[in-house]
Amino acid sequence: MTRHTLSVLVENKPGVLARISGLFSRRGFNIESLAVGPTENPEVSRMTIAINVDRLPLEQVTKQLNKLINVLKIVELDEGNSVQRELVLVKVKTDKGMRSNVLEIVTLFRAKVVDVAPETVTIEATGSRDKLEALLRVLEPYGIKELVQSGMVAVGRGGKGISDRSLRPVDRSA
Amino acid sequence: MAEHMTGAASLIKSLEHAGVDTVFGIPGGAILPAYDPLMDSKQVRHILVRHEQAAGHAAEGYAQTSGKVGVCMATSGPGATNLVTPIADAYMDSVPIVAITGQVPSAAIGTDAFQEADISGITMPIVKHNYLVTDPAEIPRVIAEAFHLAGTGRPGPVLVDISKDALAAQTTFEWPDELELPGYRPTTTPHGKQIKEAAKMITKSKRPVLYVGGGIVRSGAAPELLQLAELTGIPVVTTLMARGAFPDSHPQNLGMPGMHGTVPAVGALQKSDLLIALGTRFDDRVTGKLDSFAPDAKVIHADIDPAEIGKNRHADVPIVGDAKATIRGLIDAMATRKDDIDIADWWEVLNGWKKRFPLGYEEHPDALEPQYVIERLGQIVGPDAIYCAGVGQHQMWASQFIDYEQPGHWLNSGGLGTMGYAVPAAMGAKAGAPDSVVWAIDGDGCFQMTNQELATCAINHIPIKVALINNSSLGMVRQWQTLFYNERYSNTDLQSHQFPDFVKLAEAYGCYGLRADSRDQVDVVIEKAMSLNDAPVVIDFQVHRDAMVWPMVPAGTSNDLITTARNLAPAWERED
Repeated sequence: MTRHTLSVLVENKPGVLARISGLFSRRGFNIESLAVGPTENPEVSRMTIAINVDRLPLEQVTKQLNKLINVLKIVELDEGNSVQRELVLVKVKTDKGMRSNVLEIVTLFRAKVVDVAPETVTIEATGSRDKLEALLRVLEPYGIKELVQSGMVAVGRGGKGISDRSLRPVDRSA
Repeated sequence: MAEHMTGAASLIKSLEHAGVDTVFGIPGGAILPAYDPLMDSKQVRHILVRHEQAAGHAAEGYAQTSGKVGVCMATSGPGATNLVTPIADAYMDSVPIVAITGQVPSAAIGTDAFQEADISGITMPIVKHNYLVTDPAEIPRVIAEAFHLAGTGRPGPVLVDISKDALAAQTTFEWPDELELPGYRPTTTPHGKQIKEAAKMITKSKRPVLYVGGGIVRSGAAPELLQLAELTGIPVVTTLMARGAFPDSHPQNLGMPGMHGTVPAVGALQKSDLLIALGTRFDDRVTGKLDSFAPDAKVIHADIDPAEIGKNRHADVPIVGDAKATIRGLIDAMATRKDDIDIADWWEVLNGWKKRFPLGYEEHPDALEPQYVIERLGQIVGPDAIYCAGVGQHQMWASQFIDYEQPGHWLNSGGLGTMGYAVPAAMGAKAGAPDSVVWAIDGDGCFQMTNQELATCAINHIPIKVALINNSSLGMVRQWQTLFYNERYSNTDLQSHQFPDFVKLAEAYGCYGLRADSRDQVDVVIEKAMSLNDAPVVIDFQVHRDAMVWPMVPAGTSNDLITTARNLAPAWERED
């Protein structure tokens, strides 16, 4: 199985998220990560879905997604031709004089400290999955008190946008 | 020009604009506002059923005989949940219906209010699309979209849930001139390059089979299919959903494939080198164990739903498009190549199977055989009638022993396998085709799930005829217990030769009740039933319970393991 990233443009209507997540679960496809948010067009939302599937089931996933009336467009973004980012907020223990070590790691990974308490610091980091995994590995020995991670968002490289020519009225006679 | 009216009036006016003339339903609290203007509609006839499940199946039957989108209506909560089964049924068999449900007032949604159920959430996996409407201004647009979605592309059910306050509020009515459905663009025209590729493959094939499904019926492509089959001389197998899509009397028809298919049809698929699959979805009841299904065959798969292509079986030539347009394309492409087809050897094999393995059944020394009843019914009533069946042994025998000559004359619950489908579907079918003779062929188990609709039929002058194949058992389940559970008959004895008395039950509902339990009575009661047209007729055919459906491919096994009777497998390779 390989990891695939789908960018899905959907109509911004109630219940769309339920339609999509329901479709994944009832067809037996496992979502690894899902992120939803607004786009440049207020009527359209964009979902970034990461899934672990083989090529053939992936085709079935996209075909089934395309059948949903509220789904406008699906694009698969491969890692080479897209920028893929996740956000992590992590609360690390900094007791026993470890704060400066942790801060050094923060600098190394170009992360940010967003909150400080006597015995913890909270770090915000964005990046690819690999980078964030590496960061967490290095922080692990200090003791991770709390960890929260966003779904991945991704955008294709180059000048073209995903939503070009995606909005056309349907032909009544179709 | 926008007109002022209530949401409820806007709903009824929208239904009129959508061309609705018949609605099956039951009123209740949340949908009550809609029933008031419905009373005044000159165009829409509402048929008051006795259970919402029947409203849904009736809408399915109506859709399949009228060619229009069927409509059913129910109130919130239990009214709506009772529609779940027929909605799922319509989804599996691609039947265009619109279900309209009342919902509790929008302010009460999410509070576990009286008769509240999240029906749009519940039905999400079994609808083509659904809507929850709380703004009355949206009603005309949503209804227009719902009918468009249900009836176009791959047809299916659409649910419209409307809150009570939206029905009661004042609004304006404006029928949309054009629909904005940017995410819905079904591909109906097949790709020319794929058609050419398919034609090339057909020409090269030595053992081709036209494996056709319900898509032929839905698309109205039966005339084109006949033309293509005769042009190429290729044998045809018609799935359960496609019975009648190709005439049974045609020498190229090998019958139904699948678990209870004919030996020639199952054998043709297994030994084929090319499946030309049109409007069919490689259902497990057709393929048996997938990895041993038609092992030597390349596949041309044409369907209007791209998700069906490659879902179960890899397609060497995928074609997305409407069946009618696709077959027309194939006819054109084959016109110049037809002389290159050489399948005489193939036909020799197939004709051998046809001769050696005809459909048949074991005669019983002193009891009535269910197959005999159904065979006689088909012979006496003829191919112009419409036959509806539920699910189980009676359904398989009705598919096997009646000769279907035209599409749309065989209605059954194929994909979902819904007990209780036949009577309400027949009611809807008769409402959609009042001049046709409509027979429900039903089992005693199925019949007892929805027979209350005999009252609806009697009251509304919908004189359906019911052939009750009463073997006093849940017959198909009993057959599996015979074959796979050491003849341990756990909870399949319905005792329905005594309970209830179906003749009295029919009469209690204002119908004619007849009975037959021996061969010499069969023709008499069928002819009697055919002469009675002022009320529904129920014939209680008391048949013996040990009859089994043959041939059979045991579930989950290879089609190569087909048996023509208990422990009797055909010898494929015999040459004679």
